[in-house]
Amino acid sequence: MEQLLQHLVNGLVLGGTYALLGIGLTLIFGLMSVVNFAHGEFYTLGAYAAFAALALAGLPFFLALLAAIAVGALLGALTERALLRPLRGHSIDTIMLVMIGVWIAMQNAELLAWGGVARSIPHPFPTAPFTLGPLNIAPLRLFVVVTAAALIALAWLLIQKTRLGTAMRATFQDRDTAALMGVSIGRIHTITFAFGSALAAAAGALLGPVFLAYPSMGDLASLKAFSVVILGGLGNLAGATLGGLLLGIAEELGAGYVSSGYRDAVGFVAIILVLLFRPAGLFARAERIG
Amino acid sequence: MLQVSDLRVEFGGVVALAGISFSVQPGTITSVIGPNGAGKTTAFNAITGYLRPSRGRIVWEGESLGGRRPCDIARRGVVRTFQRTSVFPALSVFDNVRTGLHLRGAAGFWPVLARTARVRLEEARLAAAADEVLAFIGLAHRRDARADALPYGEQRLVELAVAIAARPRLLLLDEPAAGMTGGEKDRLVALIRKIRDDDVTVLIVEHDMRLVMGLSETVIVLNHGRVIAEGVPAEIRAHPEVVRAYLGSADAPA
Amino acid sequence: MIARVLAALGAVAAVTAPLWVANPYHLHVLIMAGIFTILALSLNLLLGYTGQLSLGHAAFFGIGAYTSALLTMPPLEWSFWVALPAAALAAGLAGWAIGRLALKLRGAYFVLVTISFAGVISLVSVNWMELTNGPLGIPGVPAPSVGPWTLRTKTAYWYLVLAMAVLAYLVCRRLVYSRLGRALVALRENEPLAESVGIDGTHYLVLAAVVSAAMAGVGGSLYAHYTRFVSPEVFLFSYTVTMVIMVIAGGQGTLAGPVVGALLFTALPEALREAMAWQWQLLAYGVVLIVCVFFLPRGIVPTVTGAARPAWTEGGLFKTRRGSGSRE
Repeated sequence: MEQLLQHLVNGLVLGGTYALLGIGLTLIFGLMSVVNFAHGEFYTLGAYAAFAALALAGLPFFLALLAAIAVGALLGALTERALLRPLRGHSIDTIMLVMIGVWIAMQNAELLAWGGVARSIPHPFPTAPFTLGPLNIAPLRLFVVVTAAALIALAWLLIQKTRLGTAMRATFQDRDTAALMGVSIGRIHTITFAFGSALAAAAGALLGPVFLAYPSMGDLASLKAFSVVILGGLGNLAGATLGGLLLGIAEELGAGYVSSGYRDAVGFVAIILVLLFRPAGLFARAERIG
Repeated sequence: MLQVSDLRVEFGGVVALAGISFSVQPGTITSVIGPNGAGKTTAFNAITGYLRPSRGRIVWEGESLGGRRPCDIARRGVVRTFQRTSVFPALSVFDNVRTGLHLRGAAGFWPVLARTARVRLEEARLAAAADEVLAFIGLAHRRDARADALPYGEQRLVELAVAIAARPRLLLLDEPAAGMTGGEKDRLVALIRKIRDDDVTVLIVEHDMRLVMGLSETVIVLNHGRVIAEGVPAEIRAHPEVVRAYLGSADAPA
Repeated sequence: MIARVLAALGAVAAVTAPLWVANPYHLHVLIMAGIFTILALSLNLLLGYTGQLSLGHAAFFGIGAYTSALLTMPPLEWSFWVALPAAALAAGLAGWAIGRLALKLRGAYFVLVTISFAGVISLVSVNWMELTNGPLGIPGVPAPSVGPWTLRTKTAYWYLVLAMAVLAYLVCRRLVYSRLGRALVALRENEPLAESVGIDGTHYLVLAAVVSAAMAGVGGSLYAHYTRFVSPEVFLFSYTVTMVIMVIAGGQGTLAGPVVGALLFTALPEALREAMAWQWQLLAYGVVLIVCVFFLPRGIVPTVTGAARPAWTEGGLFKTRRGSGSRE
């Protein structure tokens, strides 16, 4: 029983960050219809940005996190303006190919910049775990899950409660009407992509110190993000949040009770099964945001 | 002979067809008319397998078509055209028609790889057949043109060519005259008569009343997913229900 | 006309290659180019003629490699000439599974399923130690033998690869210029219309997937018996990426495109090897892909040969019937 609870707790830590990844991608894939295979690369970017901030610039952890988010947002905005805007209106597959190109380019740029050896990202938390009854949780992991929850809440607030969020929802529901009402469509697209990428970078900055940073860490992150989006339904914030948590817990349980070697297979299998049997997602009265 | 009994199609709570029944005699030209939204294209879609009926039977030449896939229905000799221009855009007119001849070939995977004499013979036969169809339709001079580069009226003829290449015994034409000029429509009428004379049963959805009344042997009128009249053109033109249905909507019988 | 002359020259050069290629390393590069030609042709069959992108193609390559290796090693020790078709069969079976699985899916969802499939297979190869020896791989894969001679030298292997590449090209050519090929293109150009004249979309998509996968499996087998070693690295995404670049940049939906792409993207890295490290090369691939999308959407061969043949694609790079997503 204790073991089960422990797995659940670990699963929540992972799941929180998967939810961040998923929310970011559901905005980009679900709302903008951009098949963003480079999503995981923004995750990697976040991890390496945190590394640079912490190990090289010696910044405090929280600032490093902010730096990672900022870098993610900036590069996201740049990518959207330079590559996606000129291709708007082209077929979804053309855009997919461009994003595959970005994926390859970014990953190998990371490889060139940082080398292939995995880096350990220093963090200021003590290593001794907190004990809450039968459960152990490392302070770092606790920080990760709390921060992830906070960021998820912020994302929700932004989308549901702010004018910007309303503008975003309006743009993707009915572009022409939104434009007539004075919404700057181009800006919204850029902001949405930047926001989604920033969330991915945040996930990377949070999980990076838990595991390690290496150039190809984004591959699995991308796929898991897609897995979460598919589980939750495209454009569905709540679905992405729940889907992320579900994936994290499923992975932990799978690794603990079945086999740790196949843990990443959970995401793959989820994609295949859901697309085959419940393509609209598990929480399938998939309403788009707004 | 085509027999439709109590055909009902609904999706998402909307009843598109509320249980229609009619039969089409072999070797005749029958038109289906009705105001927009009456369910004409829905009926075509249901008969040819693009929509699954909620209820009802569709029997062609003694066999039930219900629940079959479009390609299987085509194999049974039932071919349809589409309401919006539907060709293979990047292919030449010749290749468009040759694709329509698909069912007339039988080359399997291994014989194709080995390029047996039989396969080569079949290819020659198909090419010749394609030219025959082009001649029949009157598009031989456009043989090598890219389909989407043709003027609208000719593209619709390409559609027709592709459909008859598949050697249908029942041909369903969905608004074949839409957007055509007067001259093109006359040509179309002549073609449809030629097709019927080749022992093909023709079912047409059309809005052009003059064309319908002049061409059809039987006219079926749909409104709100029901058959409201069925008979020869003279009867239909004077039918009070039909007149009422059209006066209540944007189009009126000419 | 020029194309024929070039092709003839190319054929002569290929057949006499061992005579004038002085450096054995360059012969090695040619052999790899040959293997990649087969792989690119196989991916092109799926992408160029059905419009579906498979990003899991390395899975078929890897399945072919492992099958061939395992069958020719102890305890079975079968002949290469039996293992090769067996590899094609095993990969073809996987292709059948993908074809049937993905029938309902199009566009990005199909891509995701293919990636996931490849991911699962890759994990299996790493974890199923009893069968695959896990990350350590299987060393000592035997070279093919013809009677008393073993094809151990590069020259001998070059002729084997050349023969297989020519065969692959012929298969593609015969398939494409046939009633079957027309059906595939029709399904990609206008699926409802194709179905209305009796073309069975299910059947042909699966057929394309099976042939494509089987061909990639042959490439895998050739690779395994050339490098004499198989490990989970055959499932590396970089192989898939390379194949995709070859097809897209070379010209999808044409027969010469993948060949040109394979030659270019095997030769180019070698030529640049002096000038830059392989990391830059992969980075360049990413940039090349982006550049192609913007400036050379049809790829090199169609752009160079002009609009002589009908373009198999228009506007976007490849057609999906209704954008991405499940088909209702």
